[in-house]
This record gives sequence, structure tokens and C-alpha cells, in this order.
Amino acid sequence: MSLPATTDSSLLERAPLILRDWLTGLLPGPARWAANGLIKIVAILAVFGLLFAFLTLAERKILGRVQNRPGPNRTGWFGLLQPFADGIKMLTKEDIVPRAADPVLHFLAPVALIAFSLLTFSVIPYGRFLLPVDMDASVLFFFAIGAATELSVFMAGWSSHNKYALFAAMRALAQLISYELPLLLSVVPVVLAAGTLSTAGVVAAQSGWKWGFVPHWHVFTPWGAAAFAIFMVSALAESNRSPFDLPEAESELIAGHLTEYSGFKYALFFMAEYFAMCALSGMAVTLFLGGWHAPLPLLEFIPSYFWFALKLLALLSGFMWVRATLPRLRIDQLTRLAWKFLVPLALINLGTAAFWSLTIAWAGPLQPLRWAVSLALVAGPFLLLGRRLSTGLGPRTYRYA
Amino acid sequence: MSHLQLCLAFSSVLFAVGLTGALARSNSILVLLGLELMLTAAIMNFIAFWRFGPSHAPATGVIFAVFAIAVAAAETAVGLALVISVYRHQRNIRLPEANRLRG
Amino acid sequence: MNAVLVIIALVTVGAAVVAMSGRNLLHSVLLLTVSWAGVAAFYLWAGAEFVAFAQLLVYVGAISMAVLFAVLLTRRSRDDVAAPPASRSRGIYAILSGAAVAAVLLAAVSLAPLSSAPTPPPSVTVRQLGDQLMGPHAASLLVIAALLTVALIGAVVLAAGGSPGNPEDEP
Repeated sequence: MSLPATTDSSLLERAPLILRDWLTGLLPGPARWAANGLIKIVAILAVFGLLFAFLTLAERKILGRVQNRPGPNRTGWFGLLQPFADGIKMLTKEDIVPRAADPVLHFLAPVALIAFSLLTFSVIPYGRFLLPVDMDASVLFFFAIGAATELSVFMAGWSSHNKYALFAAMRALAQLISYELPLLLSVVPVVLAAGTLSTAGVVAAQSGWKWGFVPHWHVFTPWGAAAFAIFMVSALAESNRSPFDLPEAESELIAGHLTEYSGFKYALFFMAEYFAMCALSGMAVTLFLGGWHAPLPLLEFIPSYFWFALKLLALLSGFMWVRATLPRLRIDQLTRLAWKFLVPLALINLGTAAFWSLTIAWAGPLQPLRWAVSLALVAGPFLLLGRRLSTGLGPRTYRYA
Repeated sequence: MSHLQLCLAFSSVLFAVGLTGALARSNSILVLLGLELMLTAAIMNFIAFWRFGPSHAPATGVIFAVFAIAVAAAETAVGLALVISVYRHQRNIRLPEANRLRG
Repeated sequence: MNAVLVIIALVTVGAAVVAMSGRNLLHSVLLLTVSWAGVAAFYLWAGAEFVAFAQLLVYVGAISMAVLFAVLLTRRSRDDVAAPPASRSRGIYAILSGAAVAAVLLAAVSLAPLSSAPTPPPSVTVRQLGDQLMGPHAASLLVIAALLTVALIGAVVLAAGGSPGNPEDEP
């Protein structure tokens, strides 16, 4: 919805635009701008609302299969109606607000969280012509709004008037602030390489293929792979997903800052967590995996939003796979990981990206040297820091009684 | 009233509110918040002049505002660390009581 | 155009007034955060997108949380966030000084020979900002970087108190 559609794009590509133009054409002139905005909002809400619903089901099925059990399969075919059953259950639960709680803050916390989480969806390019809001500094907008969501975690913990909820809110805030830094630092090399802060520009910088079949995606460069890994780990922590789900785990301070929330507000918090997951994965696809570009030139006939959806679903299933596999980290372990491991790695990665973009003119026999130096700059600090941080944590010896 | 005058009036009123808060309250953190409001109001002036005033170097207003926001962040961090230090000594953060040089 | 500015101004100044005069410290901090978000809205209205997002990221996303942590760390009991206003006379003097300053500033603003000719909105792209930051203003950028590093290290040292760490804390 930003670039003008030329007629040499396929019909499937332009189909959403044609639909939108038909819908706005039904209205008189002055209302068209508002209708345009409204259609974008409704489309994002509908798509990501349904995605959230089926993601909850997909997560339970994937976790079930990893744990050698079938997951929900009673409601509807293969459990496909399970999310709707869960929705009905959440809606009909009693909304309990503690008497000593701060009513305004208690109500505002999930509302603010959902509002800010939904705002982050507006700058992700979902397809060649499907970017809701095209701004010059949209990457900065995304992370600024993401930083603002942390306030509602505090509001939830404080307003519950429950000391365990407050402790858990402070721990959750410590986790969110700690991982904000590697998240932002891993995006800086991408901005360096693309030369622009707008998401459309970053996607455009990853177009084209080298030697006809290797895409120019940032993840296929040494610094890009490292930055992608750091980004995904930080995204796991920023959306409170396992193994960083200390704030909301049932065995930790009941439910953390969500202890005093029930019914629909609790569902809103979880919706916001899944939205954060989707938005961060969408941003990872945009920044590192080439956005809506197809991986091979001969696959370009498939519309761009399909490729975006495929990459997004791949990242989301990666999130769920990690949840099923890794145990939870303690608060001191996860803050140590952020400050002593990810932040130095991200800073060194910035240097690697600078080296990569300064040696872009090296050709011929110097290209392997460029790759070797970059890979050494990425792998060396990783191994050194990893070794230094895990001294004393040797292989576990089992003693049976 | 032109747009520029309206923006400047807005920032002047915000500055005055921050000043009143910083003078009237005896809680250190509220005084710090008043200071932050005053600084924010001053930064708004730069953007107001960037938007409406004649400019020879178009980006200077924006750059100054960004630098000023960075300095404000640093100053707030140090100020809050000082408040926590004072609390460690006197177990409350009432500013009028922090008037002794003895540790 | 004017109506939007007036609404933004009313919300910002209103939140600031209630924040500065409130009895509950946490409510004051959160209302001040609303005020900062209102200032970001003003920057967006003026067309300075980069500064607006920087304001959101720094003030609403970081400074507000630092202040909230400081509030939580400097109270003795769960209900110690009440901040009663100071004596009446002090409040009256403060309001008088604030009103005097506001009057002087507003008089200066309305009497100054500012041209009210409509100027086209200047547009500064992020690329131009980057060129300026790395070119003419590179020295300021380095000084600000040094300032931020020193300030943050100093804040950490001040807040940590400088006491020797407990050996049981090491993993």
C-alpha cells in the first residue's frame, strides 16, 4: 500500500490492492482517506487475530507431538475449533479485581499493552505493495513502541497490590530492559548495510540474486547470521517466551505480574505476547530474511505475501520448537546472558559489519579473505566469551542413590 | 497568534508547570521530574523554531534536539542514582532533610 | 492544524499539572509519561519524525522505567509512595513564581517580532541527518557518546553504593 502498483506485476500480487480500491470506490470522495486507514486496521486485526488463535492451537499440537502425545484433538477436526472454545471460556470467566487494587491502572495495563503491540504491526512490509505505513524512520518507530510496552508490565504488577506480583513485575522489567540492548544493537548493522531506517528500504536492499541463485538476504552474510541469531534470542526474551518465560511461568511466583488478572484481561495479556512474537518475527523476516522476496528467481511468480507468510510461519514454529526443547533460565542466568554475552557479541558484530561494508570492493582472490576474516570475527568472540562464561559449569555427573 | 507563537506559548506553559513542581514539592523524585519537564519544554522550542522559523542549515534543529534528549537521559540517570544514594543514608527522600554535608 | 496543536497542548499540560500536584508518586510518574508522549505527538505534528520516535524511545521507554525503579527502591513499605504536598505557603510561593515566569515568557513570545509568514514544512530525511551527524557534527557526537558512557558508569557506581560484593553471589 505504499508503492504504486504497475500493471506488470501479476494479478495475484495486485489482488489486495484491487480489492481495497473497489471497497474505497464505493464511498464518496472525502471519506476515502479514512476508509483506506480503516481497511488497513481491519485487515491487520483480522489476519493477526486469526493467526493468534491458530498459533495457540499449533503451539499445543507441536508441544504435544514433541512430548509424544497428540495435543488437543477433541474439539472439531484435529482440534481446529479449540481456539474458539478457549475464547468462549475466557470471555465467560468472571473478571476479578482485588479490592485493594488500583482500578484505573489495573484496567489500563492490558489495554495499553495491546495498543502498543498492535501499533508495531503497522511498519512491517507484508508484501510488495502491502506496507501499511511507510515512514522514513520506521525501524526506529518499531523499537520505540516496543520499548513503550514495558510500561504496562509494571502497571500490571503494581496495580495488583500484591507483593509477589510486584517482585515478578520488577524481574520481568529487568529481563525486558536487559534484552532491549542486544535487540537494538543487532539491528544497527542491518541499518548500516542497507543505508536506511525505513523497512521498505531495508527490504529493497536485499533484492537480487548473486550468481543467479543466492539471494542477497542479510542472513547469508557472516555478520547477518550472527545478528540474526542475536536478534532471535533477544526476541525470545522480549516476548517472554521460553526459555525466558520466567515472568509468567506457573512455578515462579504463581503467574508473575499476571497473578491478579482473570478472564478476558488475562487473554489480552497472552494475545499481546503472541502479537509481540509475531511482530518481532515479522521484523526479523524484514531485516534479515529478505522480507517478501522469493528465494529463487524462478519462484517469483508466487505472490510476495505468500513468501512473507512462509518465512513468518517458519520463524514462529522455530519459537515453538525452542519452547518444547529448552529448560527455563533463572533470572540471574538470563541477565548474565544478556549483559555479558549478547551485548559484547553484538558490539563486535557491528565492527564485523563495518569491515564487511568497507571491503565491498574486494573482488577475485580477496573475496575468500574477506569471508575468512569476517567469519573469524564472528566465531572467535563467540567461542572465547562462551568458554569464559561457562567455566565451572562442567559436564553434569550423575550419582544414583 | 501564529503557529510559532502558539508552539512557544505551549512550551513556556510547560516550562512554568515544571518550575512550579520543582519548587513546590519536597520529594526528590518529584523535583527531578519537574526538572525533566523544564528540559523537555526547552527542547520543544528548538523543534518549534526548526519548523516555523527561517533556517539556513535545515537539520541543525533536529540534531540539537536529539543531542539534548541524550543529555537529558544521562542527567536523569545520574540524578536518580544520587537519589538512591541519599536514600541509603537518610532512609527517606525528603529533599529539605538532605541539607547536611556529614555522611 | 491549530485544533490538533491545541488538543495536544491541553493533554500534555493537563497531564503535567496533575502529575506535579498529585499525592501518589507513582501516579505522578505515569502521568508525566503521558505528558512526554504528548510532547512526542507535538514533534510528530511538527514533522520531526525522527525526534518524535527518539523521544518515545528515550523518555517513555527508558527514563520512565528508570524513575519507576527509583521510586520502588526508595520506599520503606509498600504504601510509602504517598507524596504529600509541602506546606501551603511553599505551594503558594511556587505557584506565584511559576505564574510570574510564565507571564514573562508569554509576554516575550507575543511581543517578539517573529515573522508569521507561513513557511513550508522542512523535511529532513534520516539520510541527511546521518550525513550531518557524521560530518559537521561528528565532534559533538563523540562528546555526547563519551558523556553518556561516563554518566552511566557513574550512575551505576553511585547506585550500587561501592560496597564489596558478597562472595556467595558469584555463580
